[in-house]
Amino acid sequence: MVDCPRGQDMPVLRQSFELGLVLCRTCGLAVSRASLGVDRRCPRCQGRIEQRTPFSTEMTLAWLIAGIVFYVPANLLPVMHTRGLLGEADSTILGGILEFWRSGDWDIALLIFIASVAVPFTKFIAIGLLLITVRKNSRWEQHQRTALYRIVEFIGYWSMLDVIVVALTAALMQFQALGAAEPRPGIAFFCAVVVVTMLSALSFDARLIWDRPA
Amino acid sequence: MSAPPTSPFEEELPTPVVQNRRWIPRLVWLVPIVAAVIGISLLIRNWENAGPRITIGFLSGEGLQVGKTLVKYRDVTVGSVSAVVLSADHQTVVVSANLSKDAASLLGADTQFWIVRPRIGVGSVSGLDTLLSGVYIGMKTGTAAIRKRQFVGLENPPALSHGPHGRELQLHAARAGSLAIGAPVYFRQFQVGRVIDENLLSDGSTRVTVFVEAPYDNFVKSVTRFWNASGIDVRLGADGLNVQTESLAAVLAGGLAFDDGPTETVPVAAGMPGEFTLYQNETEAMAPPDGDPHYVRMRFAQALRGLEVGAPVEFVGVDIGSVVSVDLGYERQDKSFPVIVTAKLYPRRMGQAYEALAAQGKTESVETLAAFVGTLVNRGLRAQPRSASLLTGKLYIALDFLPASPRVAFDASIRPLELPTVNGTFQELEASVGRLVKKVNDLPLDQIAADLHMDLRDLHETLSEIHARVLPSAVDTLSALHGTLDSADRTFDVESPLQRGLTESLSEARSTLQAVRELADYLDRHPDALLRGRRPQKMPARPAAVSSDTRP
Repeated sequence: MVDCPRGQDMPVLRQSFELGLVLCRTCGLAVSRASLGVDRRCPRCQGRIEQRTPFSTEMTLAWLIAGIVFYVPANLLPVMHTRGLLGEADSTILGGILEFWRSGDWDIALLIFIASVAVPFTKFIAIGLLLITVRKNSRWEQHQRTALYRIVEFIGYWSMLDVIVVALTAALMQFQALGAAEPRPGIAFFCAVVVVTMLSALSFDARLIWDRPA
Repeated sequence: MSAPPTSPFEEELPTPVVQNRRWIPRLVWLVPIVAAVIGISLLIRNWENAGPRITIGFLSGEGLQVGKTLVKYRDVTVGSVSAVVLSADHQTVVVSANLSKDAASLLGADTQFWIVRPRIGVGSVSGLDTLLSGVYIGMKTGTAAIRKRQFVGLENPPALSHGPHGRELQLHAARAGSLAIGAPVYFRQFQVGRVIDENLLSDGSTRVTVFVEAPYDNFVKSVTRFWNASGIDVRLGADGLNVQTESLAAVLAGGLAFDDGPTETVPVAAGMPGEFTLYQNETEAMAPPDGDPHYVRMRFAQALRGLEVGAPVEFVGVDIGSVVSVDLGYERQDKSFPVIVTAKLYPRRMGQAYEALAAQGKTESVETLAAFVGTLVNRGLRAQPRSASLLTGKLYIALDFLPASPRVAFDASIRPLELPTVNGTFQELEASVGRLVKKVNDLPLDQIAADLHMDLRDLHETLSEIHARVLPSAVDTLSALHGTLDSADRTFDVESPLQRGLTESLSEARSTLQAVRELADYLDRHPDALLRGRRPQKMPARPAAVSSDTRP
């Protein structure tokens, strides 16, 4: 990737392959393409070097669709079953947030909302946006889009917060007759959403943002 | 956007590798496909499992919570409340509930729903678990096979939520008494069922529905009598105090009991099986049927204070009816005010006599009965007020044969029948009491009192004499006696001079006597001493003493 100071004219920007260079995505070494062997190993880290990750957009799209599909049951199915002296209840993610909100714990409600609803949703939109713009070879806000990709990559695993909450609650709250909590299938789907969207973000080759149509 | 080939070597050689690479990444599409399959299968399973959605109308939605309140059948959850809304006219609360698929078969046209809340009655406590868990909707399956999705909920739970085997019976009564739904039904002090419903019919009577559990429903026969076993039946009879109750719960909450009716009566054809009359108490229930009453009128020429409506009418000592009204009449001829008593008589209460009469056809119609009564009147049948109790002064009407009474004409055509009367015996009693009082009155009480008074005055004078004269001298005598005794006491005291002098004299006399004994002794041994005088002794001390003693 070529650094391009802001405000400068785009024509100055030069693509790596125009310069005969390939970037190793593993260790960040810029390698002259001519120096690469047949097996295209990085001379420093022996990682495989590609000019652009093959089928990147396709794989990203596939993982993204899988994530969206899993997101539906993750929200509709109950994630946890609690049984106490005052009765038993299945709670979904949204139901739990509402319950916290109504009982006055708006901070916890907000935290769970951001981690479990806002973040996955933002990821869907962000990755979708990146895919569309890359497909169109758009040159719109390339800097911000790259930053967006970095953010998506970074916040991905924070959505596991909910999964950890359920896992901890189910493990700790086992008081036999007094009460117990058990995980419900929804949390598995939610976990799948997080993993699949992380894979989706991982499959995306951010260098595509900067590619110009050939 | 793969890299353009750079050398002829690379262009020719890696072709199969590229094909490989083209395939493997495509496998990633299996992931969304699998996800979609899982999602769709979930949807299908959910759709398959979705049971019927029903609505139930309640008067109040107290305690119902969307998503939390459950629908339970035999304490097993079969669904949950999905919405609680007001009806269009705002008069009821419409509760929507999603039932599970297998609960669909429980729904019939007569399926009943009610809200289970804690209820505490005298006879029972129920729904206490809902104090903690919140209310739930109870359910009772119906028998009708018609599918229905809209129901009207019961405000009170049915007494029997999960129909055990048994039999439902309808009891008719003028008054239900203190019966409550759920009140026990007893057969010989053994609870065999309970009251499940009470209705006020349009004619003002009550219909009580009871459920008798199997196998005890076999005890219900066409001759069975039901009665109200509420409360305590206390009776003071000739055999002492008699207290009867079924159970403490029945005392508090009310209850019913049944038993076979008296066997000697003809079994009354039960109109519809399961329809019975509810009697007020056991005695009433077990009494033979009274049949239709006949009304009679009696005209008494005396005051009947103590005769009340409901007082018994006895025929030869058998209670055959009761007084219905006590009126005051007016006779123009002699300007008198007779007391007119109307009574209803149950000829069937005459028992075997009635059967005998019925066999002769005497009771078929009012006319034959009137004629029969006419012959009885000619034989001396009279109505007479009698005192039932001297203490309370209550009266009853006795129908008795009094052949000594003057003959009267009996008009058999008057309706109601008019019975001839005689005056009550209680007036004779009054007269004799009056005579007794007169005798007491005639006693010369004044004179007796005067004599007694004089005697008392004499006694009083005697006593005052004694008081004035005899008593002072007696006091003097006693004080003198006291002084004498006192001085005697002093005289005999150990320290007194008399005592001391006496003691000294006695000791002197004792020593004198000793000297005399010694002298006699000496003389015995020396008789010559009388002549020659005393000789010196071997023991000089003693004879010296003796001689000095004896010489004077």
